[in-house]
Amino acid sequence: MARRDTPEINAGSMADIAFLLLIFFLVTTTMDTDTGISRKLPEKQDPNIKPPVLKEKNVFEVNVNRRNEILVEGETYMQIKDLREAAMKFIDNGGGTAADLGKENLPVCSWCEGDKDPASSDHPKKAIISLQSDRGTSYATYISVQNELVAAYSDLRNRYADKKFGKNFDDLTSEQQKVIKQDIYPQIISEAEPTK
Amino acid sequence: MSKFKKKKKGMPAVNTAALPDIVFMLLFFFMVTTVMRETELKIQTPKLPQADQVKKLEKKSLVSYIYVGKSKDGTAGDKIQLNDRISKVEDIRSFIYSERASHSEAEIPYLTTSIKADKDAKVGTITDIKVELRDVNALKINYSTLKGSALNNMNN
Repeated sequence: MARRDTPEINAGSMADIAFLLLIFFLVTTTMDTDTGISRKLPEKQDPNIKPPVLKEKNVFEVNVNRRNEILVEGETYMQIKDLREAAMKFIDNGGGTAADLGKENLPVCSWCEGDKDPASSDHPKKAIISLQSDRGTSYATYISVQNELVAAYSDLRNRYADKKFGKNFDDLTSEQQKVIKQDIYPQIISEAEPTK
Repeated sequence: MSKFKKKKKGMPAVNTAALPDIVFMLLFFFMVTTVMRETELKIQTPKLPQADQVKKLEKKSLVSYIYVGKSKDGTAGDKIQLNDRISKVEDIRSFIYSERASHSEAEIPYLTTSIKADKDAKVGTITDIKVELRDVNALKINYSTLKGSALNNMNN
């Protein structure tokens, strides 16, 4: 038998200590949600500047009332699940003629796959989604509507990116993304002051 | 001696020498990923709505949080929490200024305000917050949501 000068330290309880610490961190850890819908607020407007005149056909009006009902274009009540498609149809209409759009140096929307209905939007760059809610609308509805409107744009951008580059919009280079964001499908969502 | 021999015949004990290693590995994982909550919530923890068009907030240090939800004691109306106390809408101004003061000049345009609001909050409250933010030119905002389908928000 070997002579034992210094007995080995008993490490059997090390696991217990480690467990204790582990449980402490398990309990205190909070997986914080750090995702969300990013929006940019409009800058403060000079009250003297007159708002630009818009053609009614270029505005897609979405109203949400205090009972969380969605009214589109002032006439149809819509379920949230149909909103995305309706918004896409409006943005992607591209009904403007070359003569009309030429006055404003816009090309005809050759990438639009919409109905080319003359009573709907002329061009994605001119199509404006106007969102108005009530002060009593619930935040959940508000977020859903925002989400569907943003989704309409991102679906269209994805479709275009897939057709042109064979890739998802998120996988494009930032220059390509910039072109799509500015000239192909710019996101124009305007929020009106909520009704009281 | 015969007793020892008998023991050897039975099942050998499972070697647990590597157990501390495994536990330590888990421990380090949680130690590294853990984020200590800086502010204590004075309102009920907001039940965030769901959305699928979400972006990740990138630089956590550039984000200031505004919480909106019901008060803990059950008084009616939405309460706004800034830092660690329940505040009024007018206090957002000074809150943003103090957030700006704690960052360098170059970082100020990148400051984002994350609104963590309860599902049942009213849009009026959110609008008041947004008006205040716009007045102090804090234009980048983020509506904090969980990942999921936005259609789930409606059935509650």
